[in-house]
Amino acid sequence: MIFPESNERRKKLGQAIMFGIARGISYGIVGLLLLILFFIAKQGMGVVNWQYLTSMPTDGMTKGGIYPAIVGTLYLVGGSMLFAFPVGVMAGIYVNEYAKEGALKRFVKTMTNNLAGVPSIIFGLFGMALFVNQMGFGASIIAGSLTLGLLALPIVIRTTEESLKSVDDTFRQASYALGASKLYTIRKVVLPIALPNILTGLILAVGRVSGETAPILFTVAAYFLPKLPSSIMDQCMALPYHLYVISTSGTQIEASRPMAYGTAFVLVAIVLIVNIIAALLRNYFGKKVKMN
Amino acid sequence: MDLRRYTEPFFENLIKVCGYSSGFVVLLIVIFLFREGISFFNFSPVEKGYSLWVHSNNPVKKLEPAQIKDIFDQKITNWKSIGGKDEPIHLLSFDELSQAYSPTQLGPKFEHLPRCLDSFMDSLPGTIGFFPEAQTVGQLKTAREVEVDKIALSKFLTDTEWFPTSRPAARMGVMPLLLGTMLVSFFAILFALPLGLAASIYLAEIADERVRKILKPIIELLAGIPSVVYGFFGLVVIVPFVQDAFNLPVGETALSGSIVLAIMALPTIITVSEDALRTTPRSMKEASLALGASQWQTIRKVIVPYAASGITAAAILGIGRAIGETMAALMVTGNSAIMPHSLLQPVRTIPATIAAELGEAPYDGLHFKALFALGCVLFFITLIINLLVERVSAKR
Repeated sequence: MIFPESNERRKKLGQAIMFGIARGISYGIVGLLLLILFFIAKQGMGVVNWQYLTSMPTDGMTKGGIYPAIVGTLYLVGGSMLFAFPVGVMAGIYVNEYAKEGALKRFVKTMTNNLAGVPSIIFGLFGMALFVNQMGFGASIIAGSLTLGLLALPIVIRTTEESLKSVDDTFRQASYALGASKLYTIRKVVLPIALPNILTGLILAVGRVSGETAPILFTVAAYFLPKLPSSIMDQCMALPYHLYVISTSGTQIEASRPMAYGTAFVLVAIVLIVNIIAALLRNYFGKKVKMN
Repeated sequence: MDLRRYTEPFFENLIKVCGYSSGFVVLLIVIFLFREGISFFNFSPVEKGYSLWVHSNNPVKKLEPAQIKDIFDQKITNWKSIGGKDEPIHLLSFDELSQAYSPTQLGPKFEHLPRCLDSFMDSLPGTIGFFPEAQTVGQLKTAREVEVDKIALSKFLTDTEWFPTSRPAARMGVMPLLLGTMLVSFFAILFALPLGLAASIYLAEIADERVRKILKPIIELLAGIPSVVYGFFGLVVIVPFVQDAFNLPVGETALSGSIVLAIMALPTIITVSEDALRTTPRSMKEASLALGASQWQTIRKVIVPYAASGITAAAILGIGRAIGETMAALMVTGNSAIMPHSLLQPVRTIPATIAAELGEAPYDGLHFKALFALGCVLFFITLIINLLVERVSAKR
């Protein structure tokens, strides 16, 4: 059975096998990841209803809802973005529009890149040392928001920088030729074009911040609070911390399992919706910018 | 128009300030982390406000934290084994003292405690006791305070025991936590790298554009799922699975941690190595195909070697993520701070230790500072990893 093509055939067979394996693994990974989502959705769907979303936890967190945790997460996301968005966007403008090539620009870029690689628990330690103790905020919404804001900062800076970079230089030159100043050009020409992409970055940062647990462990999160926070100096509950708490500690872990599934489902739903909105925005506006 | 003459410089300066200060955030983090962490080495491991006392004639002047713990655990029972006289060690507790002496002898506010202590030491010279400084320092005659070394950096990094709250002296060695972290992360990458690499090859070279457009966003979406959710999934699915599969008393093991962290590392590895594979120049691929190589041979001999540095960067980045991961590790690895011997036993990682213990550590105490010192160790590891990634990707 020796044909001149036998080598060729073996080659083809080997390729078919390897491609099959690679395809199988890829589908397997995607399947596994979808399975995780499906599992959480299936277990959580039965628990989550309007009442679950709007009532307080009761009976040692084995019954009731997760209203305070949702409110707390909203506060923390809002607070952190109030800080990270303006600072991050301005830092992005600085890096792309103002900084001259050189040591300073490289310094800022390297440092923000490194910031993105710092583990989230270190942000938690830092937030505790600076905001909670040194500045005397105690465990409070403001301490937690600032900690989360620092964590989100590199994301906002990077997307702002990328969005500004994608704005064609001809726009800037046209504006300068009309006698506009640099800041005026940025404000009236560059930013409006880049805004949709910058907003995408903001949304991604919201997704990241709403799921972070380690930075809020010691800066704001409370195990259980009977009432909603009344000022930014209060502690609050938060969805990711709530999920951690009811799934690992307490005496009634089994009894609070359904509550945990519900919390996980709500958390995943928030993060996925946020990410999908960001992806759609990017697709939609991405095309629009390129057309110009 | 006039107003703008004032507002423009203001906003331009604001922009610059924001730029500079964002660059300094990392430095600020380093300063605070290390300020707290380094002060750890100025602390005595003996509980604050207490000191250890022995008979003045006892030749043992200094004790290591490890020796103190062994003495109080009654593993060391004779002074001879730590350089003293051949004399059994007697552990004097407060209860024993209040049984040996009547309340009137001790005094209603324990004001006569020094005198009782002195006479007890006289009757039993092999005694070691652990008492509040307020009632002992400068008031004892027959007893002498034992010096205890501060925990040195070398000891901190090499000691194999982590008992941060043990009394009278804490033992704080990073080793069990460091090895636990390394074990879990190493196996996570061992599981994730081959799978991730296969998937990235499929996405970059084999899959139709149509299929890729569906799979890629799903994989990227999964990078966004919070780690606490992965931890929860691990807790309710992976942990029982591992427990059943290996017939273990508990399912929270290093292996469970590795599996969960592997799943979490997959999106990072796939995205980064796919990007690397895509940088292979078209001309190289076509040259290989033109020489009669099959598509698979081209992938194996041309594309993967070309992207090797990018794939290495992906692997290192994945390890970095796994090392720094807190919540998932905390929830599924079982949290036992002992030297790891196998994959099937509970371990504890550095981030999980910080997360689990900081809430309970008294503010500004030894334990509190020790956790910041752990944070410094973690920071160093991730810094090295970030630098490695930069180096490896710069080679391309």
